[in-house]
Amino acid sequence: MTRKGRRLVLISAALGVLGIAAGLVLFALNDTIVFFRAPSEIAAERTAPGTRLRLGGLVKDGSVVRQDNAHVRFVVTDGGADIAVAYAGILPDLFREGQGVIAEGVMEGDGSFRADTVLAKHDEKYMPKEVADALKKQGVWKEGEATQ
Amino acid sequence: MNPEIGQYALVLALALAILQTVLPIWGARVGDAALMRTGPALAIGFFGFVALSFAVLTAAYVQSDFSVLNVVENSHSLKPMLYKITGVWGNHEGSMLLWVLVLAIFGALVAVFGSNLPASLKANVLGVQGSIGVAFLLFILLTSNPFTRVVPPPAEGQDLNPILQDIGLAIHPPLLYLGYVGFSVTFAFAVAALLDGRIDAAWARWVRPWALAAWAFLTVGIAMGSYWAYYELGWGGWWFWDPVENASLMPWFAGTALIHSAVVMEKRDALKVWTILLAILAFSLSLLGTFLVRSGVLTSVHAFATDPSRGVFILCILIFFIGGSLALYAFRAPMLRQGGIFAPISREGALVLNNLLLTAAAAAVLIGTLFPLALEAWNGAKITVGPPYFNLTVGALMLPVVFAMPFGPLLAWKRGDLAGAAQRLMLAFGAGIVIAAICLYAQGGGPALAPLGMGLAAFIVLGAVVDIAERAGIGRVPAASAIARLKGLPRAAWGAAIAHAGVGICLFGIIAETSWNAERITGVKLGESFTVGGYELTLARVEPRNGPNYRDLAGIFTIRRGGVEIGTVESSKRVFLARNMPTTEAGIRTFWFSQLYVSLGDELPGGGIGVRAYWKPLVTLIWLGSVVMALGGVLSLSDRRLRVGAPKPAKKPKVVPTPAPVAAE
Repeated sequence: MTRKGRRLVLISAALGVLGIAAGLVLFALNDTIVFFRAPSEIAAERTAPGTRLRLGGLVKDGSVVRQDNAHVRFVVTDGGADIAVAYAGILPDLFREGQGVIAEGVMEGDGSFRADTVLAKHDEKYMPKEVADALKKQGVWKEGEATQ
Repeated sequence: MNPEIGQYALVLALALAILQTVLPIWGARVGDAALMRTGPALAIGFFGFVALSFAVLTAAYVQSDFSVLNVVENSHSLKPMLYKITGVWGNHEGSMLLWVLVLAIFGALVAVFGSNLPASLKANVLGVQGSIGVAFLLFILLTSNPFTRVVPPPAEGQDLNPILQDIGLAIHPPLLYLGYVGFSVTFAFAVAALLDGRIDAAWARWVRPWALAAWAFLTVGIAMGSYWAYYELGWGGWWFWDPVENASLMPWFAGTALIHSAVVMEKRDALKVWTILLAILAFSLSLLGTFLVRSGVLTSVHAFATDPSRGVFILCILIFFIGGSLALYAFRAPMLRQGGIFAPISREGALVLNNLLLTAAAAAVLIGTLFPLALEAWNGAKITVGPPYFNLTVGALMLPVVFAMPFGPLLAWKRGDLAGAAQRLMLAFGAGIVIAAICLYAQGGGPALAPLGMGLAAFIVLGAVVDIAERAGIGRVPAASAIARLKGLPRAAWGAAIAHAGVGICLFGIIAETSWNAERITGVKLGESFTVGGYELTLARVEPRNGPNYRDLAGIFTIRRGGVEIGTVESSKRVFLARNMPTTEAGIRTFWFSQLYVSLGDELPGGGIGVRAYWKPLVTLIWLGSVVMALGGVLSLSDRRLRVGAPKPAKKPKVVPTPAPVAAE
């Protein structure tokens, strides 16, 4: 094979890999991204049941109900609307009433939310950015305010 | 010691770094040997002052000097000594100082061990290192000063985040930084070569040890971070595709590509322009990682509370170094002479394939990590790109890499014989099929994907054995001479085979853990039992305890298998007093390479306690395999051809010459 031919093979291999990678990335991005929503956004757009999303807000005071089989129910609020959440599993250590939380899961037909992952932050000083933004929009929380 | 001494030392280090940036590079420009010789002395002085500053901050932590704001915010007089020391870098300011300290260490090492480098190359390398030092010292002094005082000093500190009060903090960040910042050396070599406008195979020989060292540190650093998250966060995951994990994975992919392409450049004088680009990319991705972690633009377990001015500052550093080096590259790369042609089926060809796929994987991770940021900036939509995306893209791109891995070393340079390589791998391939069949049987039918993965992992490990056996001529030459050949194989050959075997070992762990783990979430009362993965766990006792700076509620479970008691496992809920912050201490029992993982939840209304228990088959192989990979890197590093101080590579070691893997041509 000539030098030119070999270079051609190399370049086409590179383009091939690049093409496959780009295809994969586009396909995967299309299929797997999850949107973040605050309770008032869900209430406003009437999110369809079965939609997978990340729900963020504050755990409403007095709303946490623990059941014997380690199932938990609580309410996430952003001041504008409330969403009831059901979760089976162990809550993170920093999960507390009145604190910021992000739950990932699926909308149910009755407008409640079934979470399979619940995230609270690992530092009590820190508010998840998405949650802070959503709360600011509702005027519940302001920059620099203590989150406890 | 007076904290101001630390600050003065930093300012002096900054002054030296500025000189180190200007003088040697200027000397190399005008060909002034005396100016070029200032580089090493300045680099060592820079290291000295940064080390002094770091020592002063450490002393402030050890003595619990609460007149220093950083100590107040992150330490406590009752904290165990180990965590007082590790607390130095368990916060934003201190971790940046550690970053610069590691940079200074590498700069000093280049100054000391670089005696065989051409004067102008060495001067340029040290100059580029100096400029990185200037940027990060300015960042520390202007936005993140760890020596800020508090007046009046409080009586007690606020303690370190309990999550960080762990031996993991002593291991993971320093190793990771040695990896991240280690790539600053290869970056400096690349930029120096571009400044010089000259590059040859010798350049690759000088760069390879640094790339290997950085890569080995990064590999272990990532693995240790993964293990730490696994046992500390209490939910049993070992990889979350967290943006910050991705930030460490991207330079790892680029670095892995770099250590492979540098081989081609050294041996065959080919892929020069590409290798330079990889050296630039590896460090650029490290810088990007630093930016993502330290700016707070991403929500992540690693984000400390930050203020936006820091993000903008690091962004400027990022733009300057990445933009500057890429511009220089675009300008100078076309002038570099290309050499060494090869057929598509050859060792070079295999390494090119490896490089293409690894960089594609790095790009896929980059896109997945930055896409949410870009989308939010564009239309305000907040999205997450989660594990499904990364598993799909990285998985699909890595599959051909690992499958081709055993073939690569068996192909000859220039023109290889794929059929011959396949023939020699028949046995390993057959063994892989057998392993897959056994796994399929043990699994009791079902989807064949996981058993096939186990077969692939076996194929990779055995392929590495075949590689060594072929080089030694086992089966083709008498046993005695095969053993002599084995002993005489260059360490780099052993290193490569061991690192490749490490990938296979790691793959065993990943596949077994993700496919066959068992999870059980339940509530138990005292004396009650539940089973997970064939083990029966009984809550035997609940004990309250007190630690130095925490209170502990421990649940002790007895473990039974087939009715026979085989031990206990203990998990606890810990409340750290200074911050009133709870953590979960998972209980882990290792059986061979598998682990039983138990973590305690909250108390339940009926009087029981929530428990989350996992059976994780072969999970430890994930980290053991990574350590084996890094060991391969270190072994390769100790090869005499690559020894940093070695004057000339011309003298071959006096051992039986190793035949290049003979392709039946």
